[in-house]
Amino acid sequence: MKSKWIIAAALGAGLAAPSLAQDKVKLVDVVELSGAGATAGTNWKNGIDLAVADINAKGGILGRQIEIVHYDTQTNPGNTRAAVQRAIDEGTYAVLGPVFSGPIGASMQISQRAEIAQFVGGEAAGLTKQGNQYLFRTSLSQAAAMPKIANYLKNTVKAGSVAVVWVNNDFGKGGRDAIIPELEKAGIKVAADVATEQGQADFAADAIKIKNSNADAIFVYLNEEESARFLRAAKQQGINKPMVGETTLLGAKVIELAGDAANGVKGHVGLSIDAPIPAFQEFGKKYQAKYNYASDHNGLKGYMAVYMIKWATEKQKKFDSKGVADTLRGATIKPSDEPGILMETTIESNGDLDRESFLAEVINGKQVINATLPKIKP
Amino acid sequence: MTAPATEGSLPQQRGRLARVPSLAAFADGILITLMLGAVILWFAPAGMGRYGTYVLSLWLVTSIAVMGLNLTLGYAGLKSLAQAAFMGLGAYATALLTTKVGLNWYTSFALSGLLTFAVGLVLGFPALRVKAHYLAFVTLAFSTLIWLILRNEQWLTGGVFGLSNIPRPSLFGLKLDGALAFHRFVVIVTLILAVALWWMIRSPWGRAFTALRENPIRAASLGIDTRMYTLLAFAIGSAYAGFAGALYAPLVEFIDPSPFSLSQSFFLLLMVVAGGAGYLLGPFIGALLGVVLPEWLRVVGSLYLIIFATIVMLLLIACPQGVSGLLERGWAKLTGKGKIGKTVAGKSVAPNTGGRS
Amino acid sequence: MAEFIAYLIAGIATGAIYALAAIGFTLVWQTSQTINFAQGEFVMLPAVLVLLAIKLFGAPIWLGALIGIAAFILIFGVGFKVAVVDPMIRHGVLPLAIATMALSIIMKEGAKDGFSAEAQNFPSFVPTQTISVFGASISLQHIAIIVVAFAVIGLLQWFVGGTRLGRQMQATAQNPTVARILGIPVERMVLLTFVINAALAVVASVLISPIYLAKFSNGEVIGLFAFIAAIVGGFNQVRGALVGGLVVGIVDSMAAAYISSSYRLAVPLVLLVVIILLKPEGLMGRKEERRV
Repeated sequence: MKSKWIIAAALGAGLAAPSLAQDKVKLVDVVELSGAGATAGTNWKNGIDLAVADINAKGGILGRQIEIVHYDTQTNPGNTRAAVQRAIDEGTYAVLGPVFSGPIGASMQISQRAEIAQFVGGEAAGLTKQGNQYLFRTSLSQAAAMPKIANYLKNTVKAGSVAVVWVNNDFGKGGRDAIIPELEKAGIKVAADVATEQGQADFAADAIKIKNSNADAIFVYLNEEESARFLRAAKQQGINKPMVGETTLLGAKVIELAGDAANGVKGHVGLSIDAPIPAFQEFGKKYQAKYNYASDHNGLKGYMAVYMIKWATEKQKKFDSKGVADTLRGATIKPSDEPGILMETTIESNGDLDRESFLAEVINGKQVINATLPKIKP
Repeated sequence: MTAPATEGSLPQQRGRLARVPSLAAFADGILITLMLGAVILWFAPAGMGRYGTYVLSLWLVTSIAVMGLNLTLGYAGLKSLAQAAFMGLGAYATALLTTKVGLNWYTSFALSGLLTFAVGLVLGFPALRVKAHYLAFVTLAFSTLIWLILRNEQWLTGGVFGLSNIPRPSLFGLKLDGALAFHRFVVIVTLILAVALWWMIRSPWGRAFTALRENPIRAASLGIDTRMYTLLAFAIGSAYAGFAGALYAPLVEFIDPSPFSLSQSFFLLLMVVAGGAGYLLGPFIGALLGVVLPEWLRVVGSLYLIIFATIVMLLLIACPQGVSGLLERGWAKLTGKGKIGKTVAGKSVAPNTGGRS
Repeated sequence: MAEFIAYLIAGIATGAIYALAAIGFTLVWQTSQTINFAQGEFVMLPAVLVLLAIKLFGAPIWLGALIGIAAFILIFGVGFKVAVVDPMIRHGVLPLAIATMALSIIMKEGAKDGFSAEAQNFPSFVPTQTISVFGASISLQHIAIIVVAFAVIGLLQWFVGGTRLGRQMQATAQNPTVARILGIPVERMVLLTFVINAALAVVASVLISPIYLAKFSNGEVIGLFAFIAAIVGGFNQVRGALVGGLVVGIVDSMAAAYISSSYRLAVPLVLLVVIILLKPEGLMGRKEERRV
């Protein structure tokens, strides 16, 4: 009934008619819009806005329009906790964000206590090991992605030794802690283990160090812009060993910034606007058109998070915020049921995701997908 | 949501504030303000929700750290760029002692203060031996080193992933896990620490400070061991940061290195100066500006940080003595004591914020 | 040995970046006792403004550069001096330093919200080729930065010592009261240093951004290292910035190579503390006489 009224109102009064508050569903996004996480957070926010605009244009969720509010965390745990608390006090239907592990760690108990589902962009393995029933990832965890990389290094690249360069924040350290044991398991020697700082001025010293390690391949686990700067520095130092990465290294932003230096880079890609799935490319185009730059994986994560909420709500046919978490745990969302999810996604009972992923390579400034890897538990 | 209650308490402070600090006759006004403020804050969260309550608590905890820095900067004239690092030391010490060692919060709180006091002594001694204002540079280095250790020594500090599930204390068997109960606990601890500082400043020891700040050469000639006094002021100021950290950890129930970085130390310094360095109630106003104002400004959306920084900058341009100085000037005008107000501002305020560094 | 030289050259190249940013610190400190905590943002912003001008007006690069640079020097040279420094300077160092902290937030957030949260490529005015020096590779861009850093210091030294205007500026820096009595337009001299500071920030920005990319948050790291470099080299000497920058850059590179990469940031800071304790006025600094 309600939805008919809204449609009628929208048709009758045009855009000027403000819908009543109870006809809306409020979603609060708590994310890093300033501080160290601002770049990732802005992508995430834009992805969410894009999804909300899409959903609202098609009549909302169960006929209700989504009202989205973004709160900045300043990449600070104390502020994040305040913002998540505020979101819950304001009656948010679910919490979106944050992306960095620290802010996630500071806020996940709050939504757990309030029994409200929280959709986070963090990839660190530890997040889903704390038995929190209300925490959901929006991408593969590093624990799921790194074995694929180790496997790829061993079987495809055929590397006997690997130099690992990583950014010393929660993202990079989490990845580094996940890949090293996997490399050892695969019998690959770690020739160098190089930490870099986020926003570091120059990567020349790191590139020289890696060059001197004489590794068969280099595993690069940095944020997008640092990836680009590292690739340039590596090219400048004449490193010609294979550069292997995970999602960030093959991103469109890296290719744009690194130019020639990105050619030949290869690795595993979790979420990518270049994936050989029309829905992803469609998303990439819409994002580019609206924000005038290419989305990274965080944009995709934010987009899918909103659709996870939509799917769960429509599945339970009512707005029950506790039910969202219950409905999602153990569910598999298929694009045929909900096109906005972009690809088939299984949500495990601990909040981890299982999806297909890709092996890709950068050729002539374009990301080319070489193979699609199946889900871990197909 | 937080607006009505805190606004209610502000006029109280304003009235008293204006009389600080060198007019000894009115000094008790500060004590009354503190007590009144505590009573108001005790009841303030009624109907405010968990968010508002939490922000109030965060404001008070930050105030404690700013109070310490105010002692260091506003009274002893030392510029420390490590207040957030000291807060981190306190927070991690408390978190580790309560979760890993199993001590109760009160012991951990005391040990956190003791640790930061001792580190302050060790750090301040060589720096102050060289020249007072080199302390700023030494603390800058110290601040970053602490941050690196917190981030890198994952076996102890949890590294970039932080420490979670930090327990909140209980009082006489009463659990303080709820937002309101813990807020009231924070109010009590803040009051005790603020009164202790008030007492310190009024004691002969504190008066030596004021003498020191206003004329170090004369103070030295009067037989005050200036180095000893400044060192102690720095150590006590650092201990207050440790106390603040010991409250911050159970308040947020999670810590990672980011709130204790160099930029946060700068931010605490901003709060001291914007609130009014050398005024006892300045830190509360400064922390209100630094913690609560950005939360209020959230209504304006993505530009809130720019607006916040613009307000701070304009405030400082209009009144370099901070809000307290502004209020003092206003009070002086209002009561026709313009002359007294001016001499106060000229003599006791300018030197402590001034001097070449 | 070849390895050591490679690290050394990488360190010098990075150090020159720090030096270029640090010169401004020492310059405004000398004439007006201003510590500008927005110095890093001063180096970040010109590149962003240039890109913004190109984007907004669809202007060609040279025109965009001209608009961006002119806007920057006007706002952050003259405007900064008149609107921020002048009203505050007589109240001592600290309130002004804090105001520049607030300014740095405004610049950073403004660049993010007004331009982009993403890093952007910035066109290089120098070819991006790499050449080999003693077996170590170094890009022409880095060489340009090193050359410009030395040239700027040389020019400034010549200007201060060899021209009438420069000597007036120096007199202002050393004793504004006496300078005023001697008929030197002190105000104009101080303003001149702020304009030079802004112009230098532009030079640094245009040279660094092709390597470092144009991004709102870049000022944080550059500002911190420039500040350290200025302290190490000596705050009251312009050439101190050059020495300090190079020392910090080399130490940083060596630390990354031979010590722990996760503690590389600690090494320049330990150096800073050692220098403060042994030679508080900095490597190149003169002892400050007490002004009464």
